[in-house]
Amino acid sequence: MSRFRVSVHIVPRKGLLDPQGKAVSDALHALGFADVEDTRIGRHIVLDVNADSAAAAELSVKAMCDKLLANPVTEDYQIASTVTA
Amino acid sequence: MKFGIVTFPGSNCDVDAIHAVTDQLGQTAVSLWHRDHDIQGCDVLILPGGFSYGDALRAGAIARFSPIMQEVQAHAERGAPVIGICNGFQILCESHLLPGALMRNAGLKFICDWVHLKVDGTAPLYLAGYTAGQVLRIPIAHGEGRFAADEATLDSLEQSGQVVFRYCDAEGYVTDAANPNGAARGIAGITNAAGNVLGMMPHPERAVESLLGSTDGLPLFESLLARVGA
Repeated sequence: MSRFRVSVHIVPRKGLLDPQGKAVSDALHALGFADVEDTRIGRHIVLDVNADSAAAAELSVKAMCDKLLANPVTEDYQIASTVTA
Repeated sequence: MKFGIVTFPGSNCDVDAIHAVTDQLGQTAVSLWHRDHDIQGCDVLILPGGFSYGDALRAGAIARFSPIMQEVQAHAERGAPVIGICNGFQILCESHLLPGALMRNAGLKFICDWVHLKVDGTAPLYLAGYTAGQVLRIPIAHGEGRFAADEATLDSLEQSGQVVFRYCDAEGYVTDAANPNGAARGIAGITNAAGNVLGMMPHPERAVESLLGSTDGLPLFESLLARVGA
């Protein structure tokens, strides 16, 4: 059994209003970053997980996302990286 | 009729709910702790407003897994009344006892104010004391009250009469200007398909005596009393 550090990105689903992201988009435009098309602000969660393999750690984190970490109605999640902790 | 008011760590409207159903409605109420497994024979369960678990992760996301939620789910599945107010509504959506989700207010601000609600829908358990289209004055106090669901779910909620309250202006018109949080289709409260589980962002328990500015929340509890019986 090894320890893996799994990072997950959770963002508001495309198409749903993200008022925080919109406020940041507006601020970036005001600062002259006219090339910003869309901003979505979510969460980045870093978990240290004991598992037999990186794949097993990711499988476990996916189950955590489905059950608690992400809301399936409003959010999408993606495992950003998995490294040995 | 016996009410059970669930207190989660961070609930702050539990005492208001007890006051509403005992002092104003004249019924009995017990306070239930979120770790309890025994609902003590309560006829109606209320998940009150507040900030369970400090809204960590998402409002209601962690409270959903409190031990008492198994009993709340069983109560709901028996067809018995369950009411979620504000944070309680968020918990019921996170529990999938109600469809959809409550997201950050479109204007990003926490809003504590009086709003007008239009009575809609077909849930006699909660609406029998109102007339269809009646305009109520009820307070809101939330930062994450923007009801969201996919279009198919919203259509289905409307078609089956599960949208029971919508934000409106004083004349009863459902407009964007009268929508405080950007909720989809102005939705302020819904029921499940069976009509026994109610979730709403506004606080009917804070509108049960003229001293507090409105009694428009009282018929909701009186409707329940008439249906479930004393």
